[in-house]
Amino acid sequence: MLYSEKVMDHFRNPRNVGEIENADGVGEVGNAKCGDIMKMYLKIEDGVIVDVKFETFGCGSAIATSSMATELIKGKKVEEALALTNKAVVEALDGLPAHKIHCSVLAEEAVRAAIKDYYDKSGIAYEPEQFCNGDCSCCHEHDHQE
Amino acid sequence: MIYADNAATTKTCSAAQQAMLDGMERFWGNPSSLHSPGQQANQALQTAREAVARAIGAQTGEIYFTSGGSEADNQAITSAARIGARRGKKHLITTAIEHHAVLHTMDQLAKEGFEVTLIPVDESGIVKASDVAAAIREDTALVSVMYANNEIGTIQPVAEIGALCRERGVPFHTDAVQAVGHLPIDVKEQNIDMLSLSGHKFHGPRGVGALYVRRGTPLLTLIHGGAQERGFRAGTENLPAILGMAAALDDAVAHMAENDAYVASLRDALIEKLSHIPHAALNGDRTRRLPGNVSFCFEGIEGESLLLLLDGKGVAASSGSACTSGSLDPSHVLLAIGRPHEVAHGSLRLTLDRDNTMDEVDAIAKATAEVVGYLRDMSPVWKALQRGERQYVIQ
Repeated sequence: MLYSEKVMDHFRNPRNVGEIENADGVGEVGNAKCGDIMKMYLKIEDGVIVDVKFETFGCGSAIATSSMATELIKGKKVEEALALTNKAVVEALDGLPAHKIHCSVLAEEAVRAAIKDYYDKSGIAYEPEQFCNGDCSCCHEHDHQE
Repeated sequence: MIYADNAATTKTCSAAQQAMLDGMERFWGNPSSLHSPGQQANQALQTAREAVARAIGAQTGEIYFTSGGSEADNQAITSAARIGARRGKKHLITTAIEHHAVLHTMDQLAKEGFEVTLIPVDESGIVKASDVAAAIREDTALVSVMYANNEIGTIQPVAEIGALCRERGVPFHTDAVQAVGHLPIDVKEQNIDMLSLSGHKFHGPRGVGALYVRRGTPLLTLIHGGAQERGFRAGTENLPAILGMAAALDDAVAHMAENDAYVASLRDALIEKLSHIPHAALNGDRTRRLPGNVSFCFEGIEGESLLLLLDGKGVAASSGSACTSGSLDPSHVLLAIGRPHEVAHGSLRLTLDRDNTMDEVDAIAKATAEVVGYLRDMSPVWKALQRGERQYVIQ
C-alpha cells in the first residue's frame, strides 16, 4: 500500500472540510499547475484557534495532510500553530512516501499563510521572512530530502 | 470489484493458464536440447511462434520472443538506429505520445549523438501521416509510431505511414502493445517492418512479448549469449509464458470481431454517461479509438484522489495525474493533446474489456459522478471556477 492507514483514514474521512464565513485568517498556498492547492480558514478568539476548516485540490496525501494539520492546530494558541512543522504532520500520519513529503510542507505553509492573513487583518506585527514567499520550488525541494 | 484498468494489464484467461501449465508439466525441457524432452519443448515453441505470426499476418521466421513490449521496443529502435548509423544515418522520427519504452530509448540514443524528431499530435491525439512524410530526411534511420495510444486510446494511421515509409525506403516500427489481439493487424498489407507486442495486454501472462521483424530488415542483438531466437535474443526461452501468450492470442483473434463490437458498445455507453458530468471532456478521438478506452479530464479535481476514492467504491481505474507517477508533471500524452497542466492533473482512464458488463458501466458512471462531485465540493479550484475567479478550460 502506498499510504499508511492513518493517511487513508484522513483522506477518506477528512476532518474539518469546508469554509468559515468571515474567517479571521484565510491562507491559500500551492499552484493548480503543480497539482495541489490548499486553502485554510481560521476562527480566532483571544489568540486561540477556536475553529479551522480547509479546502484542498490535490492528491490523497494533500487531502490527508490538510486534514491532519487542522486537527493539530485546532484549540491551540496562534503561536503554537505557527510552530507546526511539516515533520509533525508526517509523524502524526505515520509517515508519507518520499515523493509526497511536499504535501506536508504545503499543509504547514497553508497554516502559516492563514496566520499571516490573521496578523495582517488584525494589525499584529511579524517578521515577513517567516512566511511563504510564493515560490513553489521551496516546497517541492523537500521531495528530495527524505 | 469492477476491473476497468485493462490497458495496465488483463486477467490471464483460462486458455492461457492451461497452456502455461502444459508448459511446465509437459514441455519442461530446454528447447535447445537435442534429446526428446528438449525437442518436444522446441516443437511447442515453434507452434507458439506460428500462432503469434498468424495473428498479425507475419511468417513464422519473422517472430522473435522477448521479455515483453519494452524489450521489443528497445531492440527494434536501438537496432535500427545502430544499423542506420553505420551508413551515416543518425536521424530518428517518433511521436510526442509514445510509451516511455519508446521515448526513453530515443532519449538514450539522443545522448549518444542521434537526432530525434518528435512529431506532434492534434487535439484528438492523432498523428498526421503528412507530418511524418515531411519529417523524413536523407539520413532518417527509423520511423516509430505507436499503433494505438495506451492513455487516450487513439488509433494512428499506421497503414498510411507504413506505405510512405516503404516508398521512401525508411524502416518503420510500430509499438502495437495496446492493439494486438484487439484490432485486426496485417503487417504485410500495412507495410510494417517491425512491430512490438506484449502478452499481458490480451489476457496472456506478463513478462513475455514478441518483436516481429520483416524478412530482409536487418536486426541487431540486444541481449547477448546463447543462440536462442536464431541468435537475436539470448536466454533460455520462457516457454510456459510463451505458450500462454500464444493461447491467449489465438483466443483473442478468434473472437476479435464480436469482442470489439461488445466492448465498443460498453465504451460508448460509458462515454455518453460520463459526458453528463459538467465540465468534463473526453480525451482522444471520439471514434478512432481502441474499443475499450475511455479517458476523461474533470476540471477542478486531481486524479489520484479520484482513483483512490473510486477504489474505495469498488472500481479499479487509472489516471495520468502527476501524483500517480511520482513526477511533478502530468502525463506527456495529455499535455501533447493540449490539455493544460491543471486539467491534465484531473484525468481518469477507464479501460474496459470483454469481461465487463453494462451493469458495471452503470456502476462506474454512478461512482465517478459521486466522487467527482465530492472532490469538487472540497476543491478551492472548483470554488474559484464557480465564483468566476478562474476561467473554465473545459466548458
